Amino acid sequence: MSFLQYLINGISLGSIYAIIALGYTMVYGIAKMLNFAHGDVIMVGAYVIFTTISTMGYPPIVGVIVAVALCTVLGITIERIAYKPLRGASSLAVLITAIGVSYFLQNMALIVFGADTKSFNSIVKFGPFHLGGLVISGETLVTIVSCIIIMIILTTFINKTKAGQAMLAVSEDKGAAVLMGINVNQTIALTFAIGSGLAAIAGSLLCSAYPTLSPYTGSMPGIKAFTAAVFGGIGSIPGAFVGGILLGVIEIFGKAYISSQLSDAIVFAVLIIVLIVKPSGILGKNRQEKV
Amino acid sequence: MKLRNKFKFDKRARQSLITYAMVIIAFVVVQILLATGSMTSLMKGLLVPLCVYAILAVSLNLTVGILGELSLGHAGFMCIGAFTGAFFSKCVQDVITIGWLRISIAIILGSAMAGLFGFLIGMPVLRLKGDYLAIVTLGFGEIIKTVVNVVYIGRDENGFHFSIKSNMDLNMTENGKTIVKGAQGITGTPKDATFTIGIILLLVTLFIVLNLINSRDGRAIMAIRDNRIAAESVGINITKYKLMAFSISAALAGSAGVLYAHNLNTLTASTNNFGYNMSINILVFVVLGGIGNIRGSIIGAVILTLLPELLRSFNLDNLRMLIYAIILIVVMLFNSAPSFIQFREKVTAVVKSKLPKKGGVN
Repeated sequence: MSFLQYLINGISLGSIYAIIALGYTMVYGIAKMLNFAHGDVIMVGAYVIFTTISTMGYPPIVGVIVAVALCTVLGITIERIAYKPLRGASSLAVLITAIGVSYFLQNMALIVFGADTKSFNSIVKFGPFHLGGLVISGETLVTIVSCIIIMIILTTFINKTKAGQAMLAVSEDKGAAVLMGINVNQTIALTFAIGSGLAAIAGSLLCSAYPTLSPYTGSMPGIKAFTAAVFGGIGSIPGAFVGGILLGVIEIFGKAYISSQLSDAIVFAVLIIVLIVKPSGILGKNRQEKV
Repeated sequence: MKLRNKFKFDKRARQSLITYAMVIIAFVVVQILLATGSMTSLMKGLLVPLCVYAILAVSLNLTVGILGELSLGHAGFMCIGAFTGAFFSKCVQDVITIGWLRISIAIILGSAMAGLFGFLIGMPVLRLKGDYLAIVTLGFGEIIKTVVNVVYIGRDENGFHFSIKSNMDLNMTENGKTIVKGAQGITGTPKDATFTIGIILLLVTLFIVLNLINSRDGRAIMAIRDNRIAAESVGINITKYKLMAFSISAALAGSAGVLYAHNLNTLTASTNNFGYNMSINILVFVVLGGIGNIRGSIIGAVILTLLPELLRSFNLDNLRMLIYAIILIVVMLFNSAPSFIQFREKVTAVVKSKLPKKGGVN
């Protein structure tokens, strides 16, 4: 395969990471917490799509809509039950609770759907396209296009709407936001809703491109997307996009040109080097410590 | 009388002694249970892992609780220790035949290697803070695990051969034996780990950690945790003390890894034993046991390791990990949620006011 082919595959994988990383980075920016359960929301979304399409026989678009709706509700519920009571507690306590939620979702899926790996039917029914020597699968095209659309919508939403501005305000300074009459709890719930809805979309794209599904499907992509969010500068939305794409490209290039077994190690090594050189990520803001 | 006074006034020493006593009592109880034969084979199989997890929890508490830095790569250091120790034992299997001697040397080597890696990794990454440090340590843990999975080491009469491709690339003579087989890891490590050795190692770990905490160095480390800028301004060498705590923590994790390796026939590096899952599990022990509380780490590790097994024995095999997750969430909410803390304080206040007052005490 040619360099260009690898680049396209990398951007496609990176787009999935970017969509997942958006969820991490928005939640981090606003609630200052690492939502470890985010990867498992992806898995839940993928199972919902699997059930609606393969078991019930609805068209793919219905599956995606149902999954987005259910994951949005799931995200809000998780926030309400597990994270909201911990507002003001130490960040480590929230982290461990998030890990608990992650275990809960995995084991719930294990009980409901069983431990066996399911083969996921792609939601994309067209392609592949041949362009010169390049092969672009339908999944690749849909993934890249959805990532771009999501980025545009999200950026517009945050910059142009009141709710989006409220999000920015809360992430900047929670106390001041309250004084300006912003409902912080509602804003945080909205963030979780958007993040989880995006996770469902990411789940459908991920499982279409890599068509296996098990209760642990979400955890490794979740960790990598989190890495991507940190890589780009956590809390920054363009950062999540840049970090996700770069991570995907590095992973595919590492697999292709260095060693397929070592690709994960290469991804993390690049991350470490970037963070050591620029400790707040590529597009992150550097906050000065005050006495 | 003098002795009593000493115990009465030195609160820290008394606390440490309670911790040692707890471990020794647990050891005696287990020995009695073993002697009377009232222990199931399942429980017997858990004895060494319990020691391993307790050591890991205590060592991680040194980083998280005492140094105040979040590390998600602790299992990586355990992995280094495990493979170093198992490799050594496998090499000298025919030379040193006394089990306890072999594992003792393996533990020293394994923890030295893990400590060295802790030092090397700590030097660049301890500049980072909070979540960034967490993700970088997680990354290092994953790198260690991935690299161990592709390493092949063999030995023939010409010495050691090394490759990261395959068994064939080792270019050994026909007498050569492969010791580390990439993803298949190390097989046939002598099973030298016993409960007694585990408990001794746990006591040594406690001795090192508790003495460090109660020393001048330990106070410097805690000063950095509480306020880095203030600590720096009174002349504490931040880098030196951070590195010290981090490397000691890594070395102790390495020793736990050696113990772990000598309890298994086949040692492989997978996500569940040396990946971030394991690192997170250890962190859960530490947080539930109480951050910075060494005794709590041991109790947390023991309870959380036994809990899934206990649920298994209640015929809840399907549900056990689900219940584990729910317990984890509920305990965290109960322990840390501000509203719950207020509620608990109210309850204790009511209970205290109803209890008859003891005269003179406190």
